[in-house]
Amino acid sequence: MTIKAVYMDNAAATRLDEEVLEAMMPCYFENYAVATSEFGYSQGLEAREILADARTRLAASLGAEPGEFIFTSGSTESSNLALKGVAKALGDKKGKHIIISSIEDFPVLHSARALEKQGFNVDYLEVDEYGLINTEQLAELLTDQTILVSIQHSNQEIGTIQDIETIGRLCREKKVLFHTDATHTFTRVPLDVGKIPVDLITVSAHTIHGPKGIGGLYIRKGTQIAKIMDGGYQEFDLRAGAENIPGAVGFARAVDLVSDEENARLKEMRDKIIELILAKIPHVTLNGHPEKRVPQNANITFHYVEGESITLHLDMYGIAVSTGSACFSRSLEASHVIMGIGGDHERAHGSIRFTLGRYNNMEEVVHIVDTMAKIVGNLRLISPLGKEGGV
Amino acid sequence: MAFPYNEIVLEHFRNPRNVGTIENPDGKATEGSPACGDMVSVYINVEPETKKITDVKFESYGCASNIATGSIITELSKGKTIDEAKKITWKEASEALGGLPPIKAHCSVLAIEGLRSAILNYEEKHGLVTSKEATTEEVVRKRLKRVMNPMKGLDMVATNLVKSVEVKDGVIRVVVDLPEDHQFAATIKEEAKERLENLWDIKEVNIDFVK
Repeated sequence: MTIKAVYMDNAAATRLDEEVLEAMMPCYFENYAVATSEFGYSQGLEAREILADARTRLAASLGAEPGEFIFTSGSTESSNLALKGVAKALGDKKGKHIIISSIEDFPVLHSARALEKQGFNVDYLEVDEYGLINTEQLAELLTDQTILVSIQHSNQEIGTIQDIETIGRLCREKKVLFHTDATHTFTRVPLDVGKIPVDLITVSAHTIHGPKGIGGLYIRKGTQIAKIMDGGYQEFDLRAGAENIPGAVGFARAVDLVSDEENARLKEMRDKIIELILAKIPHVTLNGHPEKRVPQNANITFHYVEGESITLHLDMYGIAVSTGSACFSRSLEASHVIMGIGGDHERAHGSIRFTLGRYNNMEEVVHIVDTMAKIVGNLRLISPLGKEGGV
Repeated sequence: MAFPYNEIVLEHFRNPRNVGTIENPDGKATEGSPACGDMVSVYINVEPETKKITDVKFESYGCASNIATGSIITELSKGKTIDEAKKITWKEASEALGGLPPIKAHCSVLAIEGLRSAILNYEEKHGLVTSKEATTEEVVRKRLKRVMNPMKGLDMVATNLVKSVEVKDGVIRVVVDLPEDHQFAATIKEEAKERLENLWDIKEVNIDFVK
């Protein structure tokens, strides 16, 4: 079999599973009504039940009650609501102190910065070389003014998994709300709200072969949070707007389709990418933690070459991956994650993120590594640095 | 598909011309620094009578536009006199490539600066700097603006690393606001020295660090 195109940017978006689409279709063509109030017409009442069923299944996947899960348009909205909603509910009542990590994804990072401009005090926890926060440092920073701690379950770029159990426990002891962005761990790494003291969880369908434009926020019962978008009374009056019922149904189906076997298979491919690259290509550095990382992520810096040059060459082979190089970003800023783990611009410059999904296979893994070896070798030949890397 | 690069750029990116180094070149320079982002080295040989560039090579540690611009400037400058080559602008290089995305100006302008600096390096080495402007604190600071602070990705002047500058009797003394044993002290010292030691009226360059 000849390999045509290889897509390994599944942290950015995933191919929709046909079974997900099948589940969604009736919501577009058979019963396309919005969920009405309990006094509505038949189709509206049925839509209401369909939505309730999707909600129940999604909540159950986190060990939660249906009333604790609301639908949003995706991770960005979920994290905005978590941070700004809690700030709105507790800012005047309890305090204006928030703690996040310095390597959070932009929805959390930029929501925190927006709140700072409104007078909130934000502490940005530094991380170690693997991307892990120091829980002792967190404990020291918690005060009676602290209203929220937001630490991601895993990192979007380097895949490092935080110890959210310890973080949650520390927050619970101090009666501080704890939000975690689980966009890249949901269904891939176990997360049960009955076992882990977390109050708010951001999840999304787009990373697990579900539809784009649908996400969710778990909100533990009794959590003080205010709505931030005005409109109707949907989603327990926390998120206004007509519900995306096809999206919700597709999201629930996408969760059903992830299995332990699949996660084991992703982990095998991830380990193979890392193993082969470390063995075949000199002057490389693994970014993130060797063990505490999500099964679908490998992130490696190829020294002496630049990331956009690599991705452009890969693109000519039909291979899609992403890089933390400043030249690749919209803001021309090097990855704040690579810089956050003590990397310098040089480490970010040549960093490549491979993220696996359901439709990748081992043949593609071998192919991508061979292609990388060729491209990196050739780019090193024209680089003023690292001559010995050429092939 | 709206691809950001046109075919000419992609062609130069895929098959860059005149890549490599020249042994004992008449002039050479490196712009940018590995710690901040893109970096490009340019090497030239110059015919002493006609002052024509007989050979030019480049190396790039950069993105596609950096590589493509490095490639095109070697083609544009070869055979030209150094005075003609000095006048090649980013706009001309970009036009020769059929246009570059404006957001990529900062990556590609490095190649132009590399060529100009290589020529300047040649001129300084051969006593050809015509405007014999006396080296002042201003001149030194201007040159230090080309030395990158690897921690910030910006130059050492903009990031307040230059504590003081003194020019006296052909001796420059720069004090860098970093401890001597700092991780980047050695790189910064070397780069700063390289920028200053060829000034026509300078005999000695001292880069010192704070205690």
